[in-house]
Amino acid sequence: MQLICPAGNLPSLKGAIDQGADAVYLGFKDDTNARNFAGLNFTDRTLEQGLDYVRSMGRQVYIALNTYPQPDGWSRWQQAVDRAAELQVDALIAADMGVLDYASSTYPDLPLHLSVQGSATNYEALAYYHERFGIRRAVLPRVLSMSQVRHVAENTPVEIEVFGFGSLCIMAEGRCLLSSFAAGQSPNTHGCCSPAGEVRYVETPTGMETRLGGVLVDQVGPGETAGYPTICKGRYEAEGKTYYALEEPTSLNTLDLLPELKAAGVRAIKLEGRQRSPAYVKQITGVWRAALDAVEREGDSYRPRAEWMSILGAVSEGQQTTLGAYHRTWQ
Amino acid sequence: MNQQHSNPRLSLGPNQYFWPADRQQAFYEAVAESPVDIVYLGETVCSKRRLYRFDDWMNSAEMLAEAGKEVVLSTLALLEAESELKTLRRICSNGRFMVEANDMAAVRLLARNKVPFVTGPTVNVYNGRTLSVLAESGLRRWVLPVELSADTLTAIMREAPDGVESEIFAFGRMPLAMSARCYTARAHELPKDDCQYRCIDYPDGLTLRTKEGESFLAINGIQTQSAQTQNLLDDVDEIRRLPVDVLRISPQFRGTNEVIEAFSKRLQGLPVDADRLEKAMPVGSCDGYWHGNAGIARR
Repeated sequence: MQLICPAGNLPSLKGAIDQGADAVYLGFKDDTNARNFAGLNFTDRTLEQGLDYVRSMGRQVYIALNTYPQPDGWSRWQQAVDRAAELQVDALIAADMGVLDYASSTYPDLPLHLSVQGSATNYEALAYYHERFGIRRAVLPRVLSMSQVRHVAENTPVEIEVFGFGSLCIMAEGRCLLSSFAAGQSPNTHGCCSPAGEVRYVETPTGMETRLGGVLVDQVGPGETAGYPTICKGRYEAEGKTYYALEEPTSLNTLDLLPELKAAGVRAIKLEGRQRSPAYVKQITGVWRAALDAVEREGDSYRPRAEWMSILGAVSEGQQTTLGAYHRTWQ
Repeated sequence: MNQQHSNPRLSLGPNQYFWPADRQQAFYEAVAESPVDIVYLGETVCSKRRLYRFDDWMNSAEMLAEAGKEVVLSTLALLEAESELKTLRRICSNGRFMVEANDMAAVRLLARNKVPFVTGPTVNVYNGRTLSVLAESGLRRWVLPVELSADTLTAIMREAPDGVESEIFAFGRMPLAMSARCYTARAHELPKDDCQYRCIDYPDGLTLRTKEGESFLAINGIQTQSAQTQNLLDDVDEIRRLPVDVLRISPQFRGTNEVIEAFSKRLQGLPVDADRLEKAMPVGSCDGYWHGNAGIARR
């Protein structure tokens, strides 16, 4: 299985490659990708430097162009496809059917991956993208159980990539509008969930409030850590009970499942986190490289090392991890 | 595209909730008498909701067709299991009624069978080129994703292939997200595999409030909705000048026929008691998305 790592900037890219990533994925510096945050992503110059570095090490670069252009922005996405084709990147990761259509008809040799934002959760949906646009690989949304992942992989000619670690989207990606409902911008429209400009941390006599677009996502007492306000990880009240109604602050970690994922025919494991620091990327890439090598070496006797789990746990959201939807009881 | 638009038609969207079978049947019998033009039928949220079975849906479909309604069969939005694909294949090859695809799996099956179709709000159509791709596959009408605005709809329709109609989500709690997890079961500390069908107790969804008491979201099984009811009644006059072919009303447990009548009257330029509609909503209204703002906003 390949290890696909996030590169929000040049130092992260180098860190990931140095620690053994088989490929890095990255985006241009605008809303054409789903991590459109200030200070992240690549200019023409840094991208060329990054490409040189990755190629000198014999690894791959994927460009994420995984948001949904509206008519007034279309030319930006078209130019981004042109740029990716010109740079002969190893794959373009796209979600929008218009973008996929433009890329496949203009650059038939440019390998296309269906982004997780394309929201294809079953082999019939994958068949459409395969037949219509010739996608070679798809990243599955984090809504499938382990047996469902296996079933998809068994029934599609498309290579399957799944998320292994990082911030956990609990909704079917590409079809979650919670961020735009509260704050007017979503991953689909603006390439960001919880846009930074709409986030407020407000100190009050009873604790710290976290708000998105004015909506109170959570309030933590003294001594508690206030997380970044993501709607699906807020505390809300239903029928008199206040709790994490959707999900707790937590990260996905599938180190336990690696032998099963391999047996299922999964071709690549993706690590989330283009918005995280270069040190983080370096650290998690190192752990996952070691784990994937151990799976190859040890087969069924593979067990995740305690030290890997504690390193990943320490950098996780809320310092806790979950198997998410892969595990039936989570659902 | 054409500059002159005829009066939009009215549709009743698929029921997003889980109601007792007798209640559901009576609901559609009443709808047959209403001035709605198009009725979407079928389970779009959770495949475990099986009180109303395929044959029940087909019976309601025949009854509504006889009453002169255009009937469209709606499909599940989040497909994970083979059993769900099996049901999907049955709907897509029903041979009688048009189908609303709410996932690309349905688009694939309908395109392969060369059956014309509608795409629902959870198929991502954000630009004209996407619309052209889908039109080649057999698309006849598409529902604007709820987060897009009137301006974006107008721009997309400017690029639309001839003959493709548009539909907007004009009234109802909006579908915002879906998950593998059942939030209604979670609210009752039950696992999804033993959910005990608790969503049947929330025929308009379960409202979530923030810690300061603001109504924010509604949970409906694996689906998360807006707590507020999107209501574009006051925008109808403007909508009539836009390339909108169909206005969709989403079923709510009480007062749906009054909502249909209110929109029908407003489309005819007749006065409507808007306050009455407001009172029938679970927690009030919003219209932000349509005006290019956060969805929760209200003009």
